[in-house]
Amino acid sequence: MLKRVHFGSSWLPFALVAPQIIITVVFFIWPASQALYQSLLVEDAFGLSSEFVWFDNFIELFGDEHYLGAFQRTIFFSFSVAFLSMSFALTLAAMADRVIKGATTYRTFLIWPYAVAPVVSGALWVFMFDPTLGIFTYTLGALGYEWNHKLNGGEAMFLVIVASAWKQVAYNFLFFLAAMQSIPKSLIEAAAIDGAGPTRRFFSIILPLISPTTFFLMVINVVFAFFETFGIVHAVTQGGPAKATEILVYKVFNDGFIGLDLGGSAAQSVILMLIVISLTVIQFRYVEKRVEY
Amino acid sequence: MAEIHLNKVHKSYGEDEVLHGIDWHIRDGEFVVIVGPSGCGKSTLLRMIAGLESITQGEISIGERVVNDLEPAERDIAMVFQNYALYPHMSVYNNMAYGLKIRGLPKDEIERRVKQTAEILEIGDYLKRSPRQLSGGQRQRVAMGRAIVREPSVFLFDEPLSNLDAKLRVQMRLEIKKLQQRLGITSVYVTHDQVEAMTLGHRLMVLNGGHVEQLGTPIELYERPATKFVAGFIGSPSMNFLDANISESGKSIEFSGGNALDIPQSLSSQANRRLTIGMRPEHLRVDESKSQTTAHTVHVVEHLGADTLVHGSFGNGGSDLTVRLNGIRTIDEGEVLPLAIDPKNIHLFDPESGKRINS
Repeated sequence: MLKRVHFGSSWLPFALVAPQIIITVVFFIWPASQALYQSLLVEDAFGLSSEFVWFDNFIELFGDEHYLGAFQRTIFFSFSVAFLSMSFALTLAAMADRVIKGATTYRTFLIWPYAVAPVVSGALWVFMFDPTLGIFTYTLGALGYEWNHKLNGGEAMFLVIVASAWKQVAYNFLFFLAAMQSIPKSLIEAAAIDGAGPTRRFFSIILPLISPTTFFLMVINVVFAFFETFGIVHAVTQGGPAKATEILVYKVFNDGFIGLDLGGSAAQSVILMLIVISLTVIQFRYVEKRVEY
Repeated sequence: MAEIHLNKVHKSYGEDEVLHGIDWHIRDGEFVVIVGPSGCGKSTLLRMIAGLESITQGEISIGERVVNDLEPAERDIAMVFQNYALYPHMSVYNNMAYGLKIRGLPKDEIERRVKQTAEILEIGDYLKRSPRQLSGGQRQRVAMGRAIVREPSVFLFDEPLSNLDAKLRVQMRLEIKKLQQRLGITSVYVTHDQVEAMTLGHRLMVLNGGHVEQLGTPIELYERPATKFVAGFIGSPSMNFLDANISESGKSIEFSGGNALDIPQSLSSQANRRLTIGMRPEHLRVDESKSQTTAHTVHVVEHLGADTLVHGSFGNGGSDLTVRLNGIRTIDEGEVLPLAIDPKNIHLFDPESGKRINS
């Protein structure tokens, strides 16, 4: 049997894939190649001339302690977001998996935050933690803790992590719940008869069986924290105070569009591009490993 | 080792009652089978014994303990599932050792027990493999091994053979029977397959629509089915049912075609009454002497080698009737066979209630 579709005419297949190719070229290949080219240039302060400098921008970046600092911060930020949102989503999914009455309503509510744009998520959290009128600030103040993320870098970092993680919980929850519900019920029952309580069943049966999903979400969450949290950072802290929350993707914007160092900024985005490509490769290679029941 | 008591066990899902008061005493070391068509509540009953379903009303006890409120783990049972339910991320060894580890047995004791059980089931060579590398029959053995290794006081089987092919099913059936005889552990086995039920069980429970139709040994069920349902369910091919009348004298049964059949005990109290008469295909024979015969028009003949099945219609009423004859016979379609049956092999049922009339 023929597994592939065969076309009689030669132009039809090209016509069919053309829209996809055009979109990829216009919105990805072209800007990406522009970034690659830009990263090899140095522009003068007024944007009147540029000079081809080979890899000087990259060499400079890796000698720059601000950049390396931002790199470390981003890794800390990404893994914190991934860990926080995934562990929270896993707990919720484990509980939702046991709910029978009103399960659909419960699930629908939990999925809502995913429909919220990152910037809006950031705005919500910044309102709640506003140093002068935030409700959480007020509550913390009543408990004797003075919250001010505009002055305290640690608090600012905490806030962007929480705002980003919150945004991601719904997505993770959905995948975790689907994975848990695809585990045959009889497996859980067999474990119960074998004498395992709910906690033990969770750690020795459920968790190992959903590990492919966990790995997939790990990559997705890290990619999200690396690249899609710009809006949250911009709304909550603008990278401050004193660059305490300036993660790589924010630094690209700051250096390029505020600092007007187009070459250096382009070099940074090329590095980010390499990171996302390698994460995707890992993702594709290992996500194929599936558990058979 | 334990006996199981079911005392007026009810199960409802909301308004919907699926089991209507089941009473049964399963003796220590007995192998009992719960059999019935799908949806009759047999799996539900087994899962209630296992503790996987709650008991709406009534009482279940295993050994001396009432287990209504005990977790499955506390009931000292082991269960073999229809889809085997092996842990896919663990090796065969770990699948079998899982329950023992939870109980906190010492490592060398676990190893000794798993090895010993694996030997009994002839799966010693596969201990390091993962379940997905095993064939259906091997998985089945591992699932049994996982149950046996824990040395429970009760075994529960939920249609464990239905995922196997026909040949393997017969082989595993025999092995389960041998194993149960050897271990002498009280076992409850659920199946919809009457052959499995007849061959495995010391005693059977026939369930239909959440009611117990009959309890008894396989031979009792075969020889004296209490209801028309049991009569039709037990035995293959299934029993022939015909409508008939009891004569005025109560000494013979009159079929619609004018044929009559004498019966050994007089049923004068039931005289002039319509009833359903049941005859097993294997009890009908071709009667060359033509005394007390009835005509049977042959439609289809099935040759099984050991037996010949003759399907046809009976009398003028044209009711379908199957006859099972020993050995190979040459019978043509369209032929008219004179049939006879020993009156002691005739089963009479009330057409309304389906209850047995003759004793």
